[in-house]
Amino acid sequence: MIHANLKQLSALLAENKTSSVELCTEYLDRIAALNPTLNAFITVDRERTLAEARTADARRAQGEAGPLLGVPIAHKDIFCAEGWLTTCGSKMLSNFVSPYDAHIVSQFKAAGMPSLGKTNMDEFAMGSSNETSFFGPVKNPWDLKAVPGGSSGGAAACVAARLAPAATGTDTGGSIRQPAALCNITGLKPTYGVCSRYGMIAFASSLDQAGPMAQSAEDCALLLNAMAGFDRRDSTSLQREQEDYSRDLAQPLKGLKIGLPKEFFGEGLSADTAKAIEAAIAEYKKLGAETVEVSLPNMGLSVPVYYVLAPAEASSNLSRFDGVRYGHRAAEYGDLTDMYEKSRAEGFGAEVKRRILIGTYVLSHGYYDAYYIQAQKLRRLIAQDFIEAFKQCDVILGPTAPTTAFDLGAKNADPVQMYLSDIYTIAVNLAGLPGMSLPCGFGTDGRPIGLQLIGNYFAEAKMLNVAHQYQLATDWHQRKPEGI
Amino acid sequence: MSLSLEDIQRIARLARIRVTETEAAQTGDQLNGIFKLIEQMQAVDTSGVAPMAHAQEVYQRLREDAVTEPNRREAFQAIAPQTEAGLYLVPKVIE
Repeated sequence: MIHANLKQLSALLAENKTSSVELCTEYLDRIAALNPTLNAFITVDRERTLAEARTADARRAQGEAGPLLGVPIAHKDIFCAEGWLTTCGSKMLSNFVSPYDAHIVSQFKAAGMPSLGKTNMDEFAMGSSNETSFFGPVKNPWDLKAVPGGSSGGAAACVAARLAPAATGTDTGGSIRQPAALCNITGLKPTYGVCSRYGMIAFASSLDQAGPMAQSAEDCALLLNAMAGFDRRDSTSLQREQEDYSRDLAQPLKGLKIGLPKEFFGEGLSADTAKAIEAAIAEYKKLGAETVEVSLPNMGLSVPVYYVLAPAEASSNLSRFDGVRYGHRAAEYGDLTDMYEKSRAEGFGAEVKRRILIGTYVLSHGYYDAYYIQAQKLRRLIAQDFIEAFKQCDVILGPTAPTTAFDLGAKNADPVQMYLSDIYTIAVNLAGLPGMSLPCGFGTDGRPIGLQLIGNYFAEAKMLNVAHQYQLATDWHQRKPEGI
Repeated sequence: MSLSLEDIQRIARLARIRVTETEAAQTGDQLNGIFKLIEQMQAVDTSGVAPMAHAQEVYQRLREDAVTEPNRREAFQAIAPQTEAGLYLVPKVIE
């Protein structure tokens, strides 16, 4: 049962072949056995999970149905969940028990999904390898020497290792898609504004977006149905008609126009990843799709632009962590400024401090126009490139990451090398477009490779259709790590 | 462009993060590496391009000026580092 995907578990529950309590118990036992090795969860609370499972079973006994009722989910530790320790991977919040639920968390509660716990992540979602977590790195279930990607590394690892059938993630510059690629699972970042950010600890507010991570596109569609929707508590939440993201899954791909940006296939792309992506393109052609070359001429600037905008927004967002109302406060201090400075020096890790300092600098007097405004102007050029490209195609396809998972410790010493591992994902956040990653093969090192799909604004259902049809024709997404 | 140790200390003060001299030297090297990457932006002529602050054209929604949240002071202060009589305590700021 543990290897079943969300849709299969949903069917077993609907046919009364299992209960939520039985399912959650199996997952909790598996987490207890494997988490000491993988470090995918920061917090597990058996009694709390089982209480939620009993509630789900009681709801079903009273005649309630619903595809997610009773299926467990793991929440990234960036989402506030009432009564749960919510650390965001940081010492700063290592004592923070949230007094309220994030919108996403309450949506999944309403759908009847018990929480299996809070997954490990890069500190404040700043990282691409999960190594910046205060709670230690997550191991990639495919190779314990490899990183799982980040920042939603715990979420990706727990779905890959079958510690949970589904997980929530957040994606500011690739934090759902890159770990999904590195761990051989399916993950989706929706159009900016589709999922409420209320109760999701803010990193870069104009880029942050929550999304589902699971074994398949079909599962992600079911999860997105529960996650998406207007929420007045997020000022950038979009007021739109509720969609069924599963509605187009079965559509044939004949005549689909797939855009291949030439910038995605140039220097820096490893040979084995390129080969796997080309094989996927061939598979799509067999399914009746056509390809067209498109260009995103400003894509090369997305990393520099991102490392101005994201730190600028982060330096502002993270100013709330001052040791006054919640979170870490230094044990000894003199005046108020001393208390702020010591609490923040102790509470934040090295990468978070680096980004706060970059952000503070680019927003400071005399540098604002040269950095922050210039970056915002380039952001528009990057977004316009996509708008032009979508005049010629229905979806854009390319690699999610330039290489398979790198070794733990390999890029720690050089932040710039780490930043460049998100070269193919960042532009999507800057433009606010939806994107996803799905498994498409393995590298010469036996580590997974992810295929990235990018949709036009609000084209999640189309993107999921394109992903699902590929998953009907291939079995990469069903492969699981040996010995786990 | 290159950030000096003084620059790092000034930025750190603005950000309210205490940085030791050893940390400042190490951070300085790393920030200079990152700014080298960022400098690529300066090669592009962006005159006439409107800055893009957000992915969607969103407007601040307005609502009635009415109480919408319940008072949960006890729950919120239960997680505070230091409180007294319903107030958050910090070092004295006014003599």
